[in-house]
Amino acid sequence: MDDIAEFALRMGDNALVLGHRVSEWCGHAPALEEDIALANTALDLIGQARMWLELAGEHLGRTADQLAFTRDAWDFRNLLLVEQPNRDFGVTMTRQFLFDAFHLPLLTALSGSSSPRVAEIALKSAKEATYHLDRSRATVVALGDGTPESHARMRDALDILWPYSGEAFLADDLDTRLVEAGIAPDPSSLRAEWERTVTSALAEATLDAPGSGFFHQGGRDGSRHTEHLGHILTEMQFLQRAYPGAAW
Amino acid sequence: MVTAAQVREWLSEIPDPEIPAVSVTDLGIVREVEARDGSVTVVVTPTYSGCPATAAISLQIDAALRDRGISRVEVQQRLSPPWTTDWISEEGRAKLESHGIAPPNPAGGPRRCPLCRSTSVERVSQFGSTPCKAQWRCRDCLEPFDYFKCL
Ligand SMILES: [Zn+2]
Repeated sequence: MDDIAEFALRMGDNALVLGHRVSEWCGHAPALEEDIALANTALDLIGQARMWLELAGEHLGRTADQLAFTRDAWDFRNLLLVEQPNRDFGVTMTRQFLFDAFHLPLLTALSGSSSPRVAEIALKSAKEATYHLDRSRATVVALGDGTPESHARMRDALDILWPYSGEAFLADDLDTRLVEAGIAPDPSSLRAEWERTVTSALAEATLDAPGSGFFHQGGRDGSRHTEHLGHILTEMQFLQRAYPGAAW
Repeated sequence: MVTAAQVREWLSEIPDPEIPAVSVTDLGIVREVEARDGSVTVVVTPTYSGCPATAAISLQIDAALRDRGISRVEVQQRLSPPWTTDWISEEGRAKLESHGIAPPNPAGGPRRCPLCRSTSVERVSQFGSTPCKAQWRCRDCLEPFDYFKCL
């Protein structure tokens, strides 16, 4: 597989899997406004996923739908963070915030990519990631600095998700080649900005970042996804698996 | 032979599928029109990347031009430069407001209530009935209203 295709899968699978996770809230959110906000966020992410998977598909001779609905778990290149289950609203919004705080600086850097296709998708997506981050940050602050119950749940959410928050910044051989070609930034170069964003929000939220420096990995290279990804795919891919090629 | 100006005029009659008060040209999503030897190419740009209206708009443009007897129609999608609410025309802004949707405002919130014109307004939610709108409320007439967000 060529490097741009592999990279586009990493970007597209993050957006697709998180978009699907967030869409699971549709009709279940704690308030009508939150339900609408989550559905719209999911819609943005799935739209972004389509653009990235179309780019990957141009290199692989497959359509975005084929890539989304007929690959197996080990072919997915998303971060472990985005496949983690929703659990409660606090976990959902903490996951969103930890991801958005990484996603926006990544997309901003990609807007200057040497690949015009990568740059135009990133520029479009960055506009949406900007207000995703505004909202997830504000929600983390409101819930962390909220009631004793919401504070305790946000603390639990951080404990659950923190070990999945470091994978995004671990560079591998593909990253080295992408940096050399001017296609994408070194993910480790995004870490400082992510830490600034997260530290300032957690301080406002009266929450402490867990001290552990241990981070799970294996999502962005597909070598070791958590068991949760397979469960997402059984639901997301059911129709195309049961009725291959079915169309509206 | 059809001209680009004629095609633009036809496109200005196609309503946005989700906000029918404005046309696809009012929204600034038609980026280019080329008419040559009877064939027409229209370049459109999506508003939001997940907006379900994007595919519907392309279909409507295709159908509208075929109805006018243009048999060779191509509707192309272009991502760059990304769509911005700055491209909504003055006429489009006025139409939005007269249909109860506050037009986008660079200050980041509606300039006034589209119903009673009061400037005392507050945000209810960052998202509304479609990806491009937020929910606001007027503190004077107490009515909720949609605000077309800046992008
Ligand atoms: Zn009013």
